[in-house]
This record gives sequence, structure tokens and C-alpha cells, in this order.
Amino acid sequence: MLDVLIVDDSAAIRKILQRVLRQAEIPLGTVYEAGDGVEALEALRKQPVGLILSDINMPNMDGLEFLTKVRAEPSWQKLPIVMVSTEGTQAKVLEAVERGATGYVRKPFTAEQIKEKLACYFE
Amino acid sequence: MTPVANGITQAELVEAIRSATTEVFSTMLNLELAPGEVFVEKEEAAPASGVVSLIGLAGTWVGSGSLSCPASLACKLASLFLLAEYPGINDEVLDSIAELTNMVIGNVKTTLENRLGSMGLSTPTVIYGRNFQTRSARNQEWTVVPFEADGERFCVQVCIAPNSDVKTQTPRPGFPVPHVLNV
Repeated sequence: MLDVLIVDDSAAIRKILQRVLRQAEIPLGTVYEAGDGVEALEALRKQPVGLILSDINMPNMDGLEFLTKVRAEPSWQKLPIVMVSTEGTQAKVLEAVERGATGYVRKPFTAEQIKEKLACYFE
Repeated sequence: MTPVANGITQAELVEAIRSATTEVFSTMLNLELAPGEVFVEKEEAAPASGVVSLIGLAGTWVGSGSLSCPASLACKLASLFLLAEYPGINDEVLDSIAELTNMVIGNVKTTLENRLGSMGLSTPTVIYGRNFQTRSARNQEWTVVPFEADGERFCVQVCIAPNSDVKTQTPRPGFPVPHVLNV
């Protein structure tokens, strides 16, 4: 069972992603939520997870800064982090990868695209 | 074709808005849209009612994007988005409209960035009420693209202009990425 942290300032997107995860036939554990990078770091320190889905454009601490801070922590360097964002240029995707993202899904997305992208983390 | 300003024409901006809006509504709501007749608005708009969601664009070009719709359509869109019934406006409806706007304007921004260089996107601000007006402080021209969804009309509009605070504009080469990338 894999615990997941969803980081997005939109409660609607957190709800949709949670629904997609629960409907997928995957060994899903507990799903935690955070509204920005600051909340996500606090959540991670309290409760380790096996996978993070994170938006990029968020208040307080955006997804790229959050990514950098997570990768700076030795125990989190191999934690899978998939960015889910409207940001779609090649430059932005490459920046996310350089900072340590392991996957990228562009909004808008279908449930099938999310399931396909995340399947490898639940094998 | 009429230039919005150096770098992009009116027709290209309209196409970017139509393409992004159609894709977001089709993918996230399974809703087909009928496009309406585009117009440009410079004078102060007539008082409106309903929901307006605004997002700022900033970079070598600056501007705003918005999505506006009647309250009844906002509730329908939120119901399709979250698979729940919303008989009236509440926080979940407003958050849904904000996120749909974020997706639409975010994808318009991606298209524009390939021509105009990097831009940042603010988080959305949503207004719900009656008899209110919105306008750009610099009184720029808005390109307004109407659509019809489920028998009701809504508008996506963008105003954008070169950032006078930035002396040199260096469009960055790039291309939109596919929805799912294996990296």
C-alpha cells in the first residue's frame, strides 16, 4: 500500500485527483492533502508518504521551490514526485526535471492519463 | 490580421483561447462548446452579474485573463467537474470556476509563451455578485471570446501588451509538451 500526498491550492483538483486514485485499481493507502509547498513540507515531516503529486503555481511556496526543498533532504531524495500543472512549455518541464521531478502531467488531464502515469509507482 | 501588439495577431490570440477552452471543457467536463462571435472591448463593460474569475499574466508581456459566466452555469460546471450537485453558489463552485480558469488561461499562456517569451501566472481571484463591473486599470483592449455551453453563454477574455518595464524581449524557443511525459 502506497500513501500519497496531493499538493494543490485548488481544493477541487485535490478532490478530483483523490477520486481518480481511489477509482484506480491500485494498492492505495492513505491520501494526504496540502494547499501549498509550506503545508506540504509540514505534512511530509509529520507523515512520510510513498508518492507526491504536486501543482507548480501555488501561493506561499510554489511547486518548484517545494521540489528543491524536498530533494535537499537526504531521506527524501528518491521519493517519487509527479508534477500536475497547467505549465506546459518545454522549458518549464525541463526545469521541473532538473529540480528532481520524476514525472509530469499537464492539466487538463483525463483519469486514464493519471492512472497510466502513476501505474509504475504502484507496481 | 489585426495585431494585438507586436508579436501576435488578434486571430492567433482568439485561436489560442478557443483551443484551450475547448480542450479544458472537453477533457475535464466532457462538455462540447459552441463558439460565439468574437469582439473587442475597450470601453468600460456594462454591469454584469454572476461569477468572474481573473488571473494575471506577467513577464516580458503583461495582462489578464478571465472567465465569466452566470451563476446557474457556474453551478452546472462545478457539478460536472466534481461529480456532485450544486444548487447554488458555494466555495466549491467558486473554487471549481477558479481552477477551470487556471487551466484555460494557463494553456493560453503556454501557447503565447512560445511566441512572446516566458510569463508567470497569478493564482485566480473569483468574484461573485450582482451589478458589478470589471476593467483593466490601464484601460487596455480585451479580446472577448464567447461560448455557449448547455444553452448558456460564457466568455473567456484576455488583454495582453508588452511590458514597458522590460527593455528587451527575447522570445524563447519551445513547444507545448504532451499531456503525459515520461521523464
